Order: sequence, then structure tokens, then C-alpha cells
Amino acid sequence: MEALIESIMRGLGQGSVYAMLGLGFVIVYKGTEVVNFAQPALMILGAFLVSWFTFDAGVPFFAALPLAMLAAALLGAAIERIALRPMVGQPVFSAAMVTVGVFFALLTVATRLIGTDIRRTGDPWGLDVLLIGDVRLFQVDIAKLVIGVLAFLVVGAYFKYSRSGLAIRATASDQETALAQGVKVGRMFGLSWALAGALGALAGAFIGAGGVGFEPISALVALKALPAIILGGLDSIKGALIGGLVIGVIESLSRTYQPGIAPWLGANFDQVVPYLVMLIVLMIRPYGLFGTPEIERV
Amino acid sequence: MLTIEGLEVVYEDVILVLKGVSLTVPDGEIVTLLGANGAGKTPVLRAITGLLDVHRGAIRKGSINLDGKPIHHLDAPGTVAAGIGQVMEGRRIFVDFTIDENLRIGAHTADRGTIEANLDRIYTLFPILAQRRKQVAGYLSGGEQQMLAIGRALMAEPKLLLLDEPSLGLAPLIVQQIRDLIVEINEQGTSVLLVEQNANMALSISQHGYILETGKVVMDKPAAVLRDDEDVREFYLGLREEGAASFRDVKHYKRRKRWLS
Repeated sequence: MEALIESIMRGLGQGSVYAMLGLGFVIVYKGTEVVNFAQPALMILGAFLVSWFTFDAGVPFFAALPLAMLAAALLGAAIERIALRPMVGQPVFSAAMVTVGVFFALLTVATRLIGTDIRRTGDPWGLDVLLIGDVRLFQVDIAKLVIGVLAFLVVGAYFKYSRSGLAIRATASDQETALAQGVKVGRMFGLSWALAGALGALAGAFIGAGGVGFEPISALVALKALPAIILGGLDSIKGALIGGLVIGVIESLSRTYQPGIAPWLGANFDQVVPYLVMLIVLMIRPYGLFGTPEIERV
Repeated sequence: MLTIEGLEVVYEDVILVLKGVSLTVPDGEIVTLLGANGAGKTPVLRAITGLLDVHRGAIRKGSINLDGKPIHHLDAPGTVAAGIGQVMEGRRIFVDFTIDENLRIGAHTADRGTIEANLDRIYTLFPILAQRRKQVAGYLSGGEQQMLAIGRALMAEPKLLLLDEPSLGLAPLIVQQIRDLIVEINEQGTSVLLVEQNANMALSISQHGYILETGKVVMDKPAAVLRDDEDVREFYLGLREEGAASFRDVKHYKRRKRWLS
């Protein structure tokens, strides 16, 4: 029983990271109709920025986090302006390919910056645990979940109540009509990317937290946000949260129980499980749990 | 006052859709632009609001001035800031927004302090919308959506309101309602350029009318004169002096030739 609760909590923690990344994907997809494959690179650069601010600049972790988010937001907006803006009006598939190019360019930069060592982010939680009876919960997992949910509430309120948030939604809904209301559509694209960058940095801060550290190849962890948003629905913010958490928990549970129940599946099977879920979702409900079904009249 | 002089608009670099259109909307008046499908009414509006480039169109010649300042080089957000509000053809409300959000997005360029007062004004003008502030706009009826689209355009306190076929697809009773609302909005101090197919409705409330045919203004007269014009009565109002006659006797081509010469 303790093992089950501990496993679920680890899954919720990791799932929150997928959810934050997924939220970045969803915002860019909704706002600009482009699937942003550069998100993992934004995350790893965000992780580096947090690490740089805490260890090289000597800023406390909780000040380094917003600074890194701001820097990553500027980077996101710059990517949009330089690489994606010229693709406006071109097929979205081409724009998605541009983001793949951006991913590799940024990953190279990140590899150079991070070097060969495993870096740490300087988070205050480390390997500390919270003991409730016999259940040992990692504090970092609780922090991930709390901050993850908080990020969703903040982003949700931003889209609902702020002027620019409303304008991003209007742009996502009908660009020409948004223009006719005086919305500067290009600026909204940039803003979407800035949000994605900030969320990438937030997720990055947690990717190496809890005493594990990160290296350039940790960027691939961010790809698990793809199964999360496909499960939740590509254009749904609520879906990103729930999809992220579900994928995290499924992964964690299979890591805990699969070696005992089905050892013939081999070691590290949990690494594959999110993608198996994605395949099944794509087969039976391609628009995900909360996504908009795409109806095409022929 | 809006003045358009010798406007030429080209789509896709080759299709000349407006061939030297000139028109004027004086302050505080309602001016009607009539024309059949494909005459070029919507391109006139797109040229005014800076939305041509979205449709691969461009202004080739001519000028558009609002109160003496040229606005034909402005992009769409620029024209909104300059004081032009528009209701696009087919209403184009944000269906997944609530009514309140639809109106607030209309005030995107407006001063934050004016939003609440303008919301009150719109909800007084359209009491139906006030009852449903928090409802999703996609569930409104066609007439209510048209009112919402007009209200959204008014949120930015435009000097000039462009209406593209506000009567499109609405029941006659609702058209009456929209007509009265346009008059009321005009009386509150907004000039209106009304683009319509429903000539009867449009000419009954406007001071001046223009008739557009294949990209040219073929008639430019006070609305009262147009209402009594023999050709307009026949082609746009569907009336003939002798009453119902056989369509065999209608000599479209001869009359049209006289107009265009």
C-alpha cells in the first residue's frame, strides 16, 4: 500500500513537469497552429539558465527561477520573430519543420553551455522526504505538483481575465476578426512563444531537481509531454494538465510494478509506456480526452 | 468625415476589383453602398479597414482619408486606433467566447477606463445581451449574434462604423430591429457606412446612396432620389411602375448599358 501511494506521488510529480511542458505546446499550438518541437530545447536551456543563475551568478533558487523564466520567455519570443514569423501564411507542416530545426540548433547551444558534467539546479528540496505514517513522499514531488497546478491556475486566469490573454484567444479563434478588433496578431504569436519559453524554463528547473541533476540529453524527457497532450487533446489547456498527470502516474506505476508482474517485458519498460498510451489514444480517440474533434466535410 | 478618391484595388496582383471608386461619408450621416454580388462592396470596406492583405489584395491607386488624414497605408489595428469600427459580413463573433468577452475584445485598443461605461451603454442598447452576459456567444440566435457583432464594434468608440450586410440571413422582423438600432447608433453620434443588398431597408434610413457595379460607382445620389429612381426601383427594390409585369419585358441589358456609358 505504501509503495502504491509513493509510486503515485512520484508519478504526479513527474506528471506535473510533463503538464507544464504540455501547456507550452498547447499554447503555441492553439495560438499559432504550429506544433512546437523546439519546446524540449527551451526546457533544457531553461534548466541551464536556472543552474547558471544559482551557481554562477549566486542568486537564490527562488529568485533564479523567475529570472530564468523571463530569459527563456525572451528567447521564445525571439525564436518566433526570427524563425517562425516568415512562415506565416505557409503550410503549418513547414512551420513545424522549422521548429525541428530550431530544436537542434538550441540543443547544440545547450550542449556547449552545459558541457559534459551533470549540472544541478540548486533546488532546496534535494532528496528530503516527508514522512506520513510509513509513507515516504519526496518533497520535490509535492513541490512539482503544487507549482505545476499553480502555473495552470495562473495561465488559466491570464487567458480569462487579461486583455492580452483574451487577444491571444481571439487570435487563436479567428485571425482576421481579431485583426479587425485592433489586435496585433503578430505580437500575439510572439507572446504565445514567450509563454511557452517561460513554462519550458519552469519545467526545466524541476527536471534536474530532487538530487538527480540534468545533462543535455535530458531534453528528451520533454518529449513525453507529447503523449501527455495527445491524451489530453492538442488544443485543451485542461487536457494538458490531466494528460500530463495521467502519463506521469502510468509511467511511475509501471516502473514500480512491471518488473514484478511482467518481468518478460524487460528492463526500463516504463520508458516506453507513455508512447504506448499515445498509440492507443491515437487509434481510438485521436483528438484526445478534451480536444476538439476535427470534422471535415467532404 | 471619410473621403475615398479614385480607389483602385487589385487581388492576387491581376484581378482589378475596384476601378476608381470615390465616395464620401460626412460626419453624423448614414451612407449606403448598394450593389449586386461581386460588385466590389466588400473590397471597399477591406480597403478602408486595412484587411486587404489578408485576402492577397492591395490598393493600387487612390486615397482614403479620415478627417483629412490619410489612412490607406495603415494596417488593420492602425485603422481601429484611427477610429474606424467594422461589423464584418457574416457577423464573425468569437463563438467560444462569452458575450462579455466578445465585447471586451472589441475594446482591445480602447482606454481601459472607458470599458465599463461602454459595456453599460451596449447592454442598454441591446438588453437581450445583458441577460446573457456569461453565456457562450455561439448559442445566440442569428439576430442576437448580429447585435453582438455591432456592440463589439462600438466598444472601441468608433467615429465611423462600417456595416457589411447586417441584414444578411435575418428574419424581416429582426431586420426592422437592426434598422432601428442603426438609426439609434447614428443619433448617438457615429457616422455609418452601410453596405447592403437589402436596398429598401438601407435607403429608408440613409441620407445618401452609392450604387456600385463591377467595381465602379454608377450612381451617386441622395437616398430619397435613389428611392424614386426608375432603375433602382426595378433592379434593387423589385418594383415597377405598372405593377407586376411579365419578366419577359424586363430589358436588363439596355438599361444597364445606359448606366455604364
